[in-house]
Amino acid sequence: MSDSPAFPDSRSDFLGVAELESLQLKRLQVIVSSSYDNVPLTRRRMDERGLKPEHIKTIADVARLPFMQKTDLRDTYPYGLFARPMKEVVRLHASSGTTGKPIVVGYTREDMKVWTSVMARTFCAAGFTEHDIVQNAFGYGLFTGGLGAHYGAEALGAAVIPISGGNTERQIMVMQDFGVTAICSTPSYFLHLIEAIETTGNGFKGLKLKTGVFGAEPWTDGMRAHIEERAHIKAYDIYGLSEIIGPGVAAECSQQSGLHVFEDHFLMEIVDPKTDEVLPDSEEGELVLTTLSKQAIPMIRYRTHDMTSIIPERCACGRTIRRINRISHRSDDMIIIRGVNVFPSQIEAALLKVEKSLPHYQIVLSRKEGLDQIEVQVEVTSGMFNDRVGAMEQLQKKMSSAIEHVVGLRAYVRLVEPQSIARSQGKAKRVIDNRNEGTSR
Amino acid sequence: MNLKQLSVFLENKPGRLGHPCKALTEAGINILTLCLADTEQFGILRLIVKDWEKARAVLEKAGCIVNISQVLAIEIPDRPGGLESVLSILEPNAVNIEYMYAFTLKRSGNAVMIARIEDADRAVSILNGKGVSVLDAAAFYALTQVN
Repeated sequence: MSDSPAFPDSRSDFLGVAELESLQLKRLQVIVSSSYDNVPLTRRRMDERGLKPEHIKTIADVARLPFMQKTDLRDTYPYGLFARPMKEVVRLHASSGTTGKPIVVGYTREDMKVWTSVMARTFCAAGFTEHDIVQNAFGYGLFTGGLGAHYGAEALGAAVIPISGGNTERQIMVMQDFGVTAICSTPSYFLHLIEAIETTGNGFKGLKLKTGVFGAEPWTDGMRAHIEERAHIKAYDIYGLSEIIGPGVAAECSQQSGLHVFEDHFLMEIVDPKTDEVLPDSEEGELVLTTLSKQAIPMIRYRTHDMTSIIPERCACGRTIRRINRISHRSDDMIIIRGVNVFPSQIEAALLKVEKSLPHYQIVLSRKEGLDQIEVQVEVTSGMFNDRVGAMEQLQKKMSSAIEHVVGLRAYVRLVEPQSIARSQGKAKRVIDNRNEGTSR
Repeated sequence: MNLKQLSVFLENKPGRLGHPCKALTEAGINILTLCLADTEQFGILRLIVKDWEKARAVLEKAGCIVNISQVLAIEIPDRPGGLESVLSILEPNAVNIEYMYAFTLKRSGNAVMIARIEDADRAVSILNGKGVSVLDAAAFYALTQVN
């Protein structure tokens, strides 16, 4: 059974291939010109390769353009990649960077329309309608999740409850009393809600909840099965990143078999993360995205470091925009904890602030009551060891608050004996991720 | 007047204490006295031995993290009020004892209190002024010698 474009903008999900490609090329040429004229970094890199905007004659020519990286946003912090003057910017968001400074992204009025539209298409693909009452438990604030979902669901005509994350008791009360039919949140937070709801007298009985849209962190089909079975809902995966637009880059449809990329706004390539070569469909590699409509910060060939592959087959839902598989892992060492991007190098920087030399450490991730927990195990060295218990506890506290300061998340620091962290070829494995082991308990 | 104390970092889990003790046993080193401080997460084993330098080398070779600190061995009468008599000298002078542990000497009828005190030199002169003897290493080892 195929989906129908219930929301007007969703018609773009069903464009003919020729129509889509001509739209993509037109938009690509505009975005490359605008970047060349207004973003010094892009202009310099294109000049170094002898490239001019008029060299982009086909969509495949995108592969001639230089890549952009998260570091470009950091190096030009805060506004260096903006292609439009601030008087045209109507919204700023920020996400965590690699050094403690966030990266800043901006939106023009037109960008906000596009973002709202792709988020409305996201919810439409998950079957939301104007009759839905949507509990938006994504965090509101600098994080793009909350407001992105809010605008999209509202544009679709649904009733949005801007409850934001946290305060589980209130979430459950609202879900019951307001007759909530759909929810959006991180999958781990929803797992926590499931457990809390199950401990209430009625559990899921009497709740009207039938759909959940989950994203901002990786999850698995195993978790989906667990969520759908326990909460008696349909659970859909969505994908996005602040650097590109926020949530709304790709979304699952009724088939729940890969995420449709909104290709009229985002041009996708899959590249080999080592050789940078563009890979054919079906082959797994790093997702590279070019924003085709973004005015405030056009991103050209942005390296997401998310590993996936393009599904070339047409989806049974009838959408013509192509799908990617669920993100399987990262090409770099970034980990996503409670929706926050964390690099082991940040933990390292924090530990170095406390100790002059870097101790052996390991980051152990687990999940407790649906919430990600970080434990940082630090091998005690003779330099940091003291015979006073108070001094050691002080050290632990210092490390923990240094990590919280840099990463923005509370970490439990555990002091361990020397040589107790397993090493392979002399190097300690930095991250042990136990979050998807078994269920959430 | 100062005595060297070895401290060993231990994780608070079963079997951890055995490891440094085994290393000392194999090297034929006798522990004169010890104290184990523990928190939920980790423990600190504090040891007094005669040849602390050898003990340190043995423990480090066994992979232990060892810290050497200076403690005072204060001789106190082994009777009710013995400890209190020393504390009552230190307290009015605002001498802060960070931690302490004690053991008795059957032969002399006295007890020895091992104390970690931040301002050790000042504590020694106060105690000596009141006639309390603070043992130096040689005197301490002589007292603990088993016949």
